[in-house]
Amino acid sequence: MAHFIDRRLNGKNKSAVNRQRFIRRYKQQIKQAVSDAISKRSVTDINSGEKVSIPGKDITEPFFHQGQGGHRERVHPGNDQFSTGDKIKRPQGGQGSGSGQGDASADGEGEDEFVFSISKDEYLDLLFEDLELPNLKKNQLDKLVQYKNVRAGFRSEGVPTNIDIVRSLQGSLARRVAMTAGKKRELHELQAQLARIEAEPVPDQHQLMALREQIALLEKRIDAVPFIDSFDLRFRNFQKRPEPTSKAVMFCLMDVSGSMDQATKDMAKRFYILLYMFLSRSYKNVDVVYIRHHTQAKEVDEQEFFYSQETGGTIVSSALKMMADIIKDRYDPAEWNIYAAQASDGDNWADDSPQCADLLAQQILPFVRYYAYIEITPRPHQSLWLEYEKLQQSFDNFAIQPIRQVADIYPVFRELFKKQAA
Amino acid sequence: MSSVTQKQPLSDGPDWSFELLGQYQAEIDRVAKLYKLDTYPNQIEVITAEQMMDAYSSVGMPIGYNHWSYGKKFIQTEQNYKRGFMGLAYEIVINSNPCIAYLMEENTMTMQALVMAHACYGHNSFFKNNYLFRTWTDASSIIDYLVFAKQYLSHCEEKYGISEVEDMLDSCHALMNYGVDRYKRPQKISMDEEQKRQKDREAYLQSQVNQLWRTIPNKGDLSAEHEYRFPSEPQENILYFIEKNAPLLKPWQREVVRIVRKISQYFYPQKQTQVMNEGWATFWHYTILQHLYQENLVTDKFILEVLHNHTNVVYQPEYHSKYYSGINPYALGFAMFTDLRRICEQPTAEDKEWFPDIAGSNWLETLHFAMQNFKDESFISQYLSPKVIRDFHLFAITDDDRESTLEVSAIHNAEGYQQIRQTLSAQYNLSNIEPNIQVYSADITGDRSLTLRFIPNQRIPLADNFQQVLKHVHRLWGFNVQLEQLNDDGTVKLLGSCPL
Repeated sequence: MAHFIDRRLNGKNKSAVNRQRFIRRYKQQIKQAVSDAISKRSVTDINSGEKVSIPGKDITEPFFHQGQGGHRERVHPGNDQFSTGDKIKRPQGGQGSGSGQGDASADGEGEDEFVFSISKDEYLDLLFEDLELPNLKKNQLDKLVQYKNVRAGFRSEGVPTNIDIVRSLQGSLARRVAMTAGKKRELHELQAQLARIEAEPVPDQHQLMALREQIALLEKRIDAVPFIDSFDLRFRNFQKRPEPTSKAVMFCLMDVSGSMDQATKDMAKRFYILLYMFLSRSYKNVDVVYIRHHTQAKEVDEQEFFYSQETGGTIVSSALKMMADIIKDRYDPAEWNIYAAQASDGDNWADDSPQCADLLAQQILPFVRYYAYIEITPRPHQSLWLEYEKLQQSFDNFAIQPIRQVADIYPVFRELFKKQAA
Repeated sequence: MSSVTQKQPLSDGPDWSFELLGQYQAEIDRVAKLYKLDTYPNQIEVITAEQMMDAYSSVGMPIGYNHWSYGKKFIQTEQNYKRGFMGLAYEIVINSNPCIAYLMEENTMTMQALVMAHACYGHNSFFKNNYLFRTWTDASSIIDYLVFAKQYLSHCEEKYGISEVEDMLDSCHALMNYGVDRYKRPQKISMDEEQKRQKDREAYLQSQVNQLWRTIPNKGDLSAEHEYRFPSEPQENILYFIEKNAPLLKPWQREVVRIVRKISQYFYPQKQTQVMNEGWATFWHYTILQHLYQENLVTDKFILEVLHNHTNVVYQPEYHSKYYSGINPYALGFAMFTDLRRICEQPTAEDKEWFPDIAGSNWLETLHFAMQNFKDESFISQYLSPKVIRDFHLFAITDDDRESTLEVSAIHNAEGYQQIRQTLSAQYNLSNIEPNIQVYSADITGDRSLTLRFIPNQRIPLADNFQQVLKHVHRLWGFNVQLEQLNDDGTVKLLGSCPL
């Protein structure tokens, strides 16, 4: 009459398609929410999803239903005070608490915000959708190479510290066995013969003498085999193997003078996120150093980097100077892959620009894997750009690109990293 | 019954196993037969919480076509569930043959037993025997039909694009409540037939529509045909009218309209039998499990857990409670069926006056008769007894927007019983709840515009969002759409049109 079916093992995510449809339909709103959310996220936080909220009124499904007003009769339970004919003040909010058939308000205009979570992949898809992100895996950065000593078997020459005792004694034992086995066999035979002769009633003294002599000679020869010989020694062998270092540091430099508004900073932030993702696919751990500057540079945390407003002029060289110092102090270029991205709206104190170019050429570009400068401005280029343009000709790890709107970020990014792609 | 030997009680878990489920099911089945419950064969499926949420979001359809709104519902359900705002239902049961019931794996053994008695015997027998379900739905073909619908729609998506299909579904969903034949009985067909017919229908439908629209508008004849209106009588099934007559729909689009209409039709009886259906199922899980307890087949612990859950299910918050959201159909239905049994078994003088036909009759026959031949509206107007009205302390409120105060029009006293019964019954009448909107005319000789007419009930107006719904009607119809309101005094007011 009844049969039981265990469906628990059936595929999960039966609703996945419907979910995709939902996200597809409300892409605009969700993308807006994601764009808003970017300001709340850390550059290095690329492993979690995001909670998005979209206006509830946008996602209702309309249908004909009754409005308020008119003449209604309703039955309610739990009468505790009323008699027929009582007049009651109309409760706030129209027709009272409604009925159990509350179709009208079940999915109606009631909800203000529709809040839900999207996964990491959905988040990144939406975030970089306009950027036409290619498969970053295909691009291999050329990495700084370090050498590491690794064990590579045994050899017969080497320094005493590398002697492998077990191996050496194994060799010694083998050699001793090989060199004495025949003699020992002979010795045993002679000893047996001696014993036989001695056991005779009348031993042949002459023969005994000869045997004893031979035995003594053999024993001497066996003793002469050395316990250990330089021939036995085995040394541990080491080889240097090249290993790309997995350490990278990313310098984010940004102008925070009054002329940089929040929109420009958010654009820069996307660029940094993109760079971070790109690097974190190639390197195990990526340090991020934030340097912001106006007339003075300061190393700050991410929050301050993006969201504290400073006013005043702009001296870019202060930041470059600071970066050079930090590299000297903390990030040995022989160990670290150094990347830098500088974002600015192009403003700089005119006299400072040549100094920037000098600093870059002398103290920074020779040590970094890559240095990208993005100028986020719709205006014509100024002195900093012009100086940098000159520099570009002599360094191939230096790239500059202008960005006008969000959609430019990926093409610029691709342009910047084209050369690096293997 | 006298030969029932003293059996060992069944294990009360709390963990269930398939073996134990089988034992309980067999006992419940035996007791259900004693009470003459006539059911479809049961197919009981154990599912996870996530699968339950899936089932939720597709309105309990085991196989649903894909649509963003189901994704939305799933996300909503998941959010609420994860934050602990709501628990999931213990079961979902589908009106199909065999009757599919879902049990959630998290339930204890006791809950699984309760759910089986409730869904697999209560709801199941209701589906099989209630006249509305017998007339309007065909349990044996629904699964096939859903399979067909899903395949057809995904086929359309491949052929015409997801957006096209989604637009059609959005528009049809907006009119889903107006896709129901209230008087005509739908025919039963299997999936193979449906597919065969669907091909023929495409060709036939298109030819019919062409017939209708073939004549080039001829201004000269206008005066002669002045009295002629199409349709000759207002049509309440708006989706059906569109499927058959919309001038610009392509054959596949007509089929989509039809699918939504059919599914709406399938769910139509459920909307009208909430109180009865839940009341019936609740009455039987209570009665069957009590019976098992009398037979010593279940432990004290088991029956206490059952009673605890049962009490929660039939809890009716009072009107001033913050949990109050209308009358709980489980509570009302259970109370009415229980009282019906009492009226048969221990009638009072009052019962004899109110229910002369059934007071003292065989309770089982009376209950089966009531279950088979009524829907909520008529069930309440027939069987709501003064005792239930008193137990619930029911009172009726008149809310007229022309008055500054509300008035208590009846309470649970001798003068009020009749009126409360009528008012409550009307409250479950779908035609009082859903606005009455019909296709009034389609201008087939002129600009091809479609006119819908709204006839307010008790002056209750249409909610403001009708303009958005009109956009959907316009998308389906393809030409101008107007919505008028016919007032009590016979005047007609134009509410809106699309395009504006």
